[in-house]
Amino acid sequence: MTTISSRPADTKPPQNQTSPLTWVRKNLFNNIFNSILTIVLVIIIGLALRGLVLWIFQGAEWAVVTNNVSLFMTGLYPRDLYWRAWLMLGIVVALAGFTWGVVGRNLGSLFSRNVLMGLALAALLIMLLPITRPNAPRLIAYEALTVAMAWLGQQAGRKFSGLGMKLSIGWFASYFVLLYLLAGGDVRASVLYFVGMIAVSAIAGWQLAARVSLLPKLGLFEKILLFLVGFIATYLVLWYGSWLLGVEVGLDRASTSKWGGLMLTLLLAITGIALCFPVGLLMALGRRSQLPIVRGLSIAYIELIRGVPLISILFMGQVMIPLFLPEGTRPDRIVRAIVGLTIFSSAYLAENVRAGLQSIPRGQTEAAQSLGLNTPLTMSLIVLPQALKVAIPAIVGQFISLFQDTTLLGIVGLVELLGITQSILANPSYLGDYAEGYAFIAAIYWVFCYAMTYGSRRLETSLNNELR
Amino acid sequence: MTRTSSKRITGWRALLRDARFWQIAFQVIVVIGVVIAFSYLASNLQRNMARSGIDFGFSFLQNPAGFAIGETMLSYRAQDAYSKAIQAGIVNSLRVMIVGIVLATVVGVTAGVASFSDNWLLYKISRIYVGLVRNIPLLLQLLFWYLAVFFGLPQPANQIVLPTQGLSWVTLSNRGVYLPSPAFTAETWTGAILLILALLVGGLMLRSFNALRSGSLPPDLGGWAARIGHVAVILLILVIEYFLLFSNSAEDQLFFKGAVLALFSSARGIWIVVLMLSAIPIALLFKWRNYALVEQGETGRKQTIGLVILAVVDLAILLFALGWKTPEVLESGGVTGGLRLTLEYSALVTGLVFYTGAFIAEIVRAGIQSVSKGQWEAARALGLNSGKAMRLVVFPQALRVIIPPLNSEFMNLAKNSSLALAVGYPDLYSVATTTFNQTGRPIEVFVVMMGTFLVINLLISLNMNQLNNLVQFKER
Repeated sequence: MTTISSRPADTKPPQNQTSPLTWVRKNLFNNIFNSILTIVLVIIIGLALRGLVLWIFQGAEWAVVTNNVSLFMTGLYPRDLYWRAWLMLGIVVALAGFTWGVVGRNLGSLFSRNVLMGLALAALLIMLLPITRPNAPRLIAYEALTVAMAWLGQQAGRKFSGLGMKLSIGWFASYFVLLYLLAGGDVRASVLYFVGMIAVSAIAGWQLAARVSLLPKLGLFEKILLFLVGFIATYLVLWYGSWLLGVEVGLDRASTSKWGGLMLTLLLAITGIALCFPVGLLMALGRRSQLPIVRGLSIAYIELIRGVPLISILFMGQVMIPLFLPEGTRPDRIVRAIVGLTIFSSAYLAENVRAGLQSIPRGQTEAAQSLGLNTPLTMSLIVLPQALKVAIPAIVGQFISLFQDTTLLGIVGLVELLGITQSILANPSYLGDYAEGYAFIAAIYWVFCYAMTYGSRRLETSLNNELR
Repeated sequence: MTRTSSKRITGWRALLRDARFWQIAFQVIVVIGVVIAFSYLASNLQRNMARSGIDFGFSFLQNPAGFAIGETMLSYRAQDAYSKAIQAGIVNSLRVMIVGIVLATVVGVTAGVASFSDNWLLYKISRIYVGLVRNIPLLLQLLFWYLAVFFGLPQPANQIVLPTQGLSWVTLSNRGVYLPSPAFTAETWTGAILLILALLVGGLMLRSFNALRSGSLPPDLGGWAARIGHVAVILLILVIEYFLLFSNSAEDQLFFKGAVLALFSSARGIWIVVLMLSAIPIALLFKWRNYALVEQGETGRKQTIGLVILAVVDLAILLFALGWKTPEVLESGGVTGGLRLTLEYSALVTGLVFYTGAFIAEIVRAGIQSVSKGQWEAARALGLNSGKAMRLVVFPQALRVIIPPLNSEFMNLAKNSSLALAVGYPDLYSVATTTFNQTGRPIEVFVVMMGTFLVINLLISLNMNQLNNLVQFKER
């Protein structure tokens, strides 16, 4: 401030040369009150840290964690099917690495110094931590796989444009592959086969419509008809064909009562997130709709659901869904849980999206309409992209609370991460090791939630094109 | 006309191009879909209930419940009716919610303001607290507090006594937490809770009164409908107030005495009423002082003295008239006197307060950040120190941004209190679950529970909206 540079060219801001001592004086001891506060806080923190360190290294009995890692991760999943869990992890890791590479395709080098240091640190931790040490070779191989796939993804991303879209299809498909790997059983009765049939049939119908309509000039109506014919024919062939063949192909069945641990938590959270987003979006649009009946129904849904605790909705899902269905139909416990989670979360998500929609000025809609766009196009091309961008932090916040809410399913009898922890801690040989068990899974939850927050912050900055 | 008719679209094709047709058709389709879905579900429900031989109705609420409730303020016994058990659960829930909301606000505002401290250490602690607590599921935290912290407290023989062994104000052991408290009976406590509820409900009447009095309602049909609505609200609230304040347990199917009856039956109860009533002159004096300071440019000395006198009187009542008792440690290790909080209640309130407090801290932080920097600088330029600048200039403006999300945080706390089930505290949800397990009537129990939670949330929300109206910018 006081020194005015004699050379106008020297416009760099003065560098704040602060020694640690001045920093301490400025931030910790700048007046008497703060000095006293600092001293008191240092003493309290010191005592707390000392207690914590002593507890971690001397007091705590970590056997409850180190002996039960596989229970924490996969619950009661059969031991001889562990290879499937590993394969699932491998697929996810490979896809994640590839995505990382594709996203970072324009970076000069994917592996900056920080990334390399992070990777080395991860490898070191894998080898040193008692919970990962038994599986260290495999985990390190997975880390190498991630790196290799990232390199591959970068090369592929540079070569082929538009890989991002295909990648999201890949993630979508991988969900069903993973679900099948988890559940096993007859392929023909699996969700994977069902989704696959629909996909193949749709491609066949589309191809039919496209190929045939090349010859004569066909109207839209005829094209749709051709598509339907192709779709239905292929679907029937695939469906009956597979049963006519009569060969039962498939992995061993792992019943849903055996699913558990972190694996089940992630399954519930991901499925819940994937389902509640479209429902919430529809409800938000419904609440903003001009049509009184649609608006009234949406408001009733949102406000009713938001007025009651989640646990009561899960209770309803477990007890009352069977009551409302025809006799004998009783959906799987996990399906009922996901339905409950989705119903609950979508009401909150609808409010978040609505806040985003309200932040978009009316002029945007009017401009879109004056360009001749109809309501669905105005919404999907003009309003929603802007509204969702505004709503990202709130939406991710809702996803995080959905992830945390999966713990409540432990109360209604699923053995997700908290549920399995409860049953491990009920084992008399780990009597009283509550703090250890809870601290371990708290760390797991924290890492996932923090990663989501971090991701949302990154997404927000990368989408923010206003002040660049 | 006839010449251009080849280009005009007529008949059903014209209908298909009409936006109004599609709007109506879409709504008709939605209604038909919803009706079909609901009638399908309802017919299934009817068939399933007929099969299991249950007919819908609430008469089962009069049957004896037959289960005990661990802690209750309504002198409930196992042979009492289900309806009494549920009321005991509601009172237990309210006990958690009221205490939880007050403490969570204190913790949250403190942590939120601390994140603006110029003490780096305090700032870091606040950030770490928020970052840690928000990212760990509440249920896990509750179980941690219950099983790892409160269950891990020492035996009564070597319990923790604070501040010193001789001067026991707080004692902690695995039998419970003892705090100093006024020597109230359970009836007086319930009366105090009911009085708070009655005040909250009564606050809702004000809006209807104001709407009627302001004369802004148009003299047409809609205006009269609104008037009738407001009168109906006032009458409804008066009826509820009667039950909350004057109901007598024997006559009214309710199992609590109305607040007035309960409080006026003991000397200490009367002092509670006096304390609550003294809020009125305090508020009036405060307004008068503000008026004198701002409009008349006086020092407001008289009013300040009045306020101080009232505050001293209130403090004296609070300290001496309520018969405070501190817990006394016996030779055997047991404790008498004072207020005993069970481990379940303590764990539930602690967990809820710290979890909700972290969210409130973020709300407060965002609210303070929303006040433009110029306000800070102007306040400092006027010579206010940073504490005063926060208290007098920034925080009042931040309140406008803080209160709406705070409202939903309070409602979340109220709803999350149903996790009491996990730590074994007999709140409304846990009593309702037991009732359902015994009677096999999910629908009725669910309706009762859902209705109660909806009413509680409505109460919180409407009262917070009134508060919101107070702090909004008064624009011309």
